[in-house]
Amino acid sequence: MNNKGVDKSKRQFLTSALTVVGAVGSGYLAVPFLAQMQPSVKAMAAGAPVEVDISKIEDGQLIRVAWRGKPVWVLNRQPEVLATLKTLDSELRDPQSNDSIQPPSSKNAVRSQRPEIFVAVGLCTHLGCSPTFRPEIAPVDLGDKWQGGFFCPCHGSWFDLAGRVYRGVPAPSNLEIPPYRFITDTRIMIGESSEEKSA
Amino acid sequence: MKPSRLAECGNWVLDRFPVTKFWNDHMAHYYAPKNFNIWYFFGSLALLVLVNQILTGILLTMNYKPDAKLAFDSVEYIMRDVPWGWLVRYMHSTGASAFFIVIYLHMFRALLYGSFKHPRELIWIFGMLLFVALMAEAFMGYLLPWGQMSFWGAQVIISLFSAIPVIGDDLSLWIRGDYVIADATLNRFFAFHVIAVPLVLVMLVFMHLVALHEVGSNNPDGIEIKASKDPWGHPVDGIPFHPYYTVKDLVGVGVFLLFFATVIFYMPEMGGYFLEHANFIPADPMKTPEHIAPVWYFTPFYSILRAIPDKFAGVIGMGGSIVVLFLMPWLDRCKVKSIRYRGGIFKKALFLFVISFLALGYLGTQPVTPLATTMARLFTTIYFGFFLLMPIYTRWEKTKPVPRRLTKVKSIEDQLHEIEEQIPALLEEITEVKPAITEIGHPAFKGTFFSRRPNPKGIAHVLSRVLTNLKRSLD
Repeated sequence: MNNKGVDKSKRQFLTSALTVVGAVGSGYLAVPFLAQMQPSVKAMAAGAPVEVDISKIEDGQLIRVAWRGKPVWVLNRQPEVLATLKTLDSELRDPQSNDSIQPPSSKNAVRSQRPEIFVAVGLCTHLGCSPTFRPEIAPVDLGDKWQGGFFCPCHGSWFDLAGRVYRGVPAPSNLEIPPYRFITDTRIMIGESSEEKSA
Repeated sequence: MKPSRLAECGNWVLDRFPVTKFWNDHMAHYYAPKNFNIWYFFGSLALLVLVNQILTGILLTMNYKPDAKLAFDSVEYIMRDVPWGWLVRYMHSTGASAFFIVIYLHMFRALLYGSFKHPRELIWIFGMLLFVALMAEAFMGYLLPWGQMSFWGAQVIISLFSAIPVIGDDLSLWIRGDYVIADATLNRFFAFHVIAVPLVLVMLVFMHLVALHEVGSNNPDGIEIKASKDPWGHPVDGIPFHPYYTVKDLVGVGVFLLFFATVIFYMPEMGGYFLEHANFIPADPMKTPEHIAPVWYFTPFYSILRAIPDKFAGVIGMGGSIVVLFLMPWLDRCKVKSIRYRGGIFKKALFLFVISFLALGYLGTQPVTPLATTMARLFTTIYFGFFLLMPIYTRWEKTKPVPRRLTKVKSIEDQLHEIEEQIPALLEEITEVKPAITEIGHPAFKGTFFSRRPNPKGIAHVLSRVLTNLKRSLD
């Protein structure tokens, strides 16, 4: 029979020990609970490359294809457009694409492997809306400064026809260029990079 | 006398489960200030709308399919083929907007009468948590019909998380459960919308009410009614919540349902504000609608996001505009609660805040133009100015003396009577009598006729008097 009264420090130790063990146990349980919200194996596997026939794209025309559930644009650019692109550098946030996502083969002034064929992921780098294709120059709603490009209707970001972002708009970087390679002169494969094949 | 069988049965339950005690604590013996005005209807109305959302929500889940391939069609199926499905769906969609109208007015009441101040800080915090949970609930619910607005709205809002440095991209991937908004996202949003967030909401409502009933309700005079009690310990300026306010709230419920039913039956889409037009087109991941805007209740915050020309700063600004509301009890340094006794500077600041909130809300529904962006920046500055400068301007506020007991304020009925008596005199003042037509073709009408014409001078007089009175009533 203990007549020294309650040993408080022992109680405190047991309480703390049990709390720690309980917290660790909850932590272990939290891992599968949280991880089951990650993309499933099926979702991760659904990223197959897409083959696109570009022979039918007319001058100045843009087509949209779905790749990994995202819109990918293929645009046939005219020489005038390419000439305009060179004059815009001072108004752009990242004209050399140093802070933007693109395969090395597209990290150049016109952001493409072949200047006339422009391929980009059609999602604004701000909050992921799909910008609208506005090739006309100085339309009424966009003002005189508009030299043709992509306009994001959600938050008003401006991109030129090489997907390069203007200064003073919410989007932080240029449009993403997906990996792609030319299979033949008229067919491209989106989702496979030209670097991987040559290596 | 021996108690009846029924009473015995009742006592058996009461001995084991304190229904009466609960009823008395929170209804029959809960004393509320006797001077509640129209602003005090919105708490009970919020509860009513919550019940409406839960009931109609349960019915909707019986026919809705949370599957990217089936969702859009299942909503149309509810609208066309399920008996009364259209009614249940419109009650739910209109209920969402009604919820925000009621909650915004409820929050504005707190700003007017200082209901967030000591000792009610926790009531305010629980209320703000409720507001955030409600926004999450509404946002996730909006994805479920799987229309164009559902899809692109969710795309934008989930992308907000990707603006967070370092963990942002992984976090938004984890929220979506796929690289884009997809079936996985829809399915989990359904789970959150239908069970997870509603449980949180109900729990927070419970905590909000427990905290309220612990300290007691504030009132339009902003004084503590518990400070003066009668010999039986009841506040002299209080009346039992039941039956006085339960019955009064029933009137509020009646008026509310009048408006609610009108919207449901005659304008369920509310011109594209409650149900946006683009959401009647199935989700298309390839194409964003020409003009996308969130539902009206998110537009003030959305405007702030758009106004800031930097991705991360924009997200911070948008989040900050809500976080700053949590801090209200500590930003406002004025000891006086009610607007009735506060200084002119606070009234002006609150007025500017309301204007900027409404303006931001309007701008958020409009397409981006350079002018709109400039305006949005101006109003964003005012919005934050109201909160961030508050510790400064409320400290030296010139307040009026606060009464010890509730004051008597004329009821709307009294005021109507007074106005009625003034009408003839008013008519005399804003019109003048002029000789009009001296001669009309028919001989019976020969002579001078008089007619009343509006008198611009008199109208200007009356208007300036109304404005002076309005200003005086606010000071």
